[in-house]
Amino acid sequence: MNRRLLLALGILATVGLSLLPFLWFVLTSFKSQGEIEAAPPAWWPSGSLGFYRSALFDHHLFDYMLNSVVVAGATTLLALLLAIPAAYALARLTIPGKQGILAVLLCVSMFPQMAIAGPVWRLLDTIGGLNHRWGVVLPYVALTLPLAIWILASFFKELPPELEDAARVDGCGPWATLFRITLPLATPGIFTAAILILIYAWNEFFFALLILTQPEQQTLPVGIALFQGEFTMPWGELAAASVVATLPLIVVVLLCQRWIVSGLSAGAVKG
Amino acid sequence: MNRASSILRHRENLAAWTMVAPALLVTMVFALYPVLDSLWLSLHNIYIGLPQLGSPFVGLDNYVALLRDPVAQQALAVTLAFVVLSTLLELACGLIIALVIHERFRGRGLVRAAILIPWAIPTVVASQLWRYIFNDQYGFANLLLFGEQVTDYIPWLAYPSVAFGIVVLADVWKTSSFAALLVLAGLQVIPDDLYDAARVDGATARQRFWHITLPLLKPALLLALLFRTMDAFRVFDLVFVMTQGGPGDATQVLQFYGYQTLFTEGRIGYGSAVSVAVFLIILALSLTYLRAIGSSLLERRRT
Repeated sequence: MNRRLLLALGILATVGLSLLPFLWFVLTSFKSQGEIEAAPPAWWPSGSLGFYRSALFDHHLFDYMLNSVVVAGATTLLALLLAIPAAYALARLTIPGKQGILAVLLCVSMFPQMAIAGPVWRLLDTIGGLNHRWGVVLPYVALTLPLAIWILASFFKELPPELEDAARVDGCGPWATLFRITLPLATPGIFTAAILILIYAWNEFFFALLILTQPEQQTLPVGIALFQGEFTMPWGELAAASVVATLPLIVVVLLCQRWIVSGLSAGAVKG
Repeated sequence: MNRASSILRHRENLAAWTMVAPALLVTMVFALYPVLDSLWLSLHNIYIGLPQLGSPFVGLDNYVALLRDPVAQQALAVTLAFVVLSTLLELACGLIIALVIHERFRGRGLVRAAILIPWAIPTVVASQLWRYIFNDQYGFANLLLFGEQVTDYIPWLAYPSVAFGIVVLADVWKTSSFAALLVLAGLQVIPDDLYDAARVDGATARQRFWHITLPLLKPALLLALLFRTMDAFRVFDLVFVMTQGGPGDATQVLQFYGYQTLFTEGRIGYGSAVSVAVFLIILALSLTYLRAIGSSLLERRRT
């Protein structure tokens, strides 16, 4: 009895503390300017959609959303395209210097962004990537590759090798074996890696801040961080934009909770 | 080895390399080369906007200056305080959350999804959220504490130590669930019969926690500590959005100082030295942790 009460309290506290702070933003986004600025501020909103309208049309929210979708989508596709063959080769084939490659990847995943920020900026300046969405996609791909390769390699290693051996005896080369035999079996692993890359690219702020300086190319995190009004801080519009930026992530977490949990512990525990 | 199989072997090696090469190339160009370039730049004096000064080689001068720079020393102190405080709190909260979601109960999947939401929220959004909660006029903290008494409302973020605490709080809220997942993975591999045996021997719940759960969680806790420490050292988004390093320099962390010297002031050489210093600190710390994790895994294997 005592134990069950303790558990109930624990569940209530963790769920409450996880969700309630963000709920304040959700409530704010449906208020009116008067309800926000009242002294004291109103607890409950009257249910106005004004802030969403104004965020969309006066604060570039539509641009930010579109750019985030493009950047996160392109990063995920490119990173998977590069990570899948690399992870397969590292998990299954003999490569001289394999340990060295794995060590380099582990090292890259520890880099503080600042340690590469200046040179990445100069590199993109040289190749004309500043103020282009593809300019942030390139560093994002480089920085998500280690985790993606790590997760995928650990999934590939757990697949039974017999099928691949049989394919090889029948004359399949490594590429054909990867695409015809291994990939269909490894969809959960690919899905897990995809979700984690997607969340990283959707949320990344630092490089986007440096590389994208015009609202027409900026992603949601940059837009939200630099949100400004003419005279006062537009908290209502900011709350609305934040809800819009977070909603896709909540859907992803609700649908894919199991994969995220397994992916994070695979990337960490085996890493 | 006959000729046919040696050709096959050769072709497989070639395929293996073509599989790895593109990923390695991108990593080298956009991660490895930039780190080396930072190191190279940190040995020069370069000012953006003053190209007539050129980029003279100055050896370790920037690092010598960094050691004597009072702002950098303050930033290091603030960063260390942030790292220690936030990782310890995250580990404690993560352990509690992990113990809760390790239990079997109806709706556990939903609870797990709920605690993942702070982790999934963009850090920038979380930063604006906590900034708003502690806003002096419109914030939830004041409304909750003082309600109608508007004159008592506190400008939380205007006080140096309070602002620092709020940045820590935002980080703990955002990342405790990540620590919890790592601890959960550790909990799941503790065999049930250990608890059964302890129960037979008459151990209380508290004794079981201190003498079975906690010692066996040590590798998982160390791993969570490693990941959280490395991440806390890189803190930037929270400070950029919530405080811009202020008030005064209460939340001026190393990463933000590096950003300011590099991109606001355009002191490329000195800013690179700051970045490289942060990189070296993180590298040294993680090597220390990895050794500790390695030896604690060995310990477990021996017993």
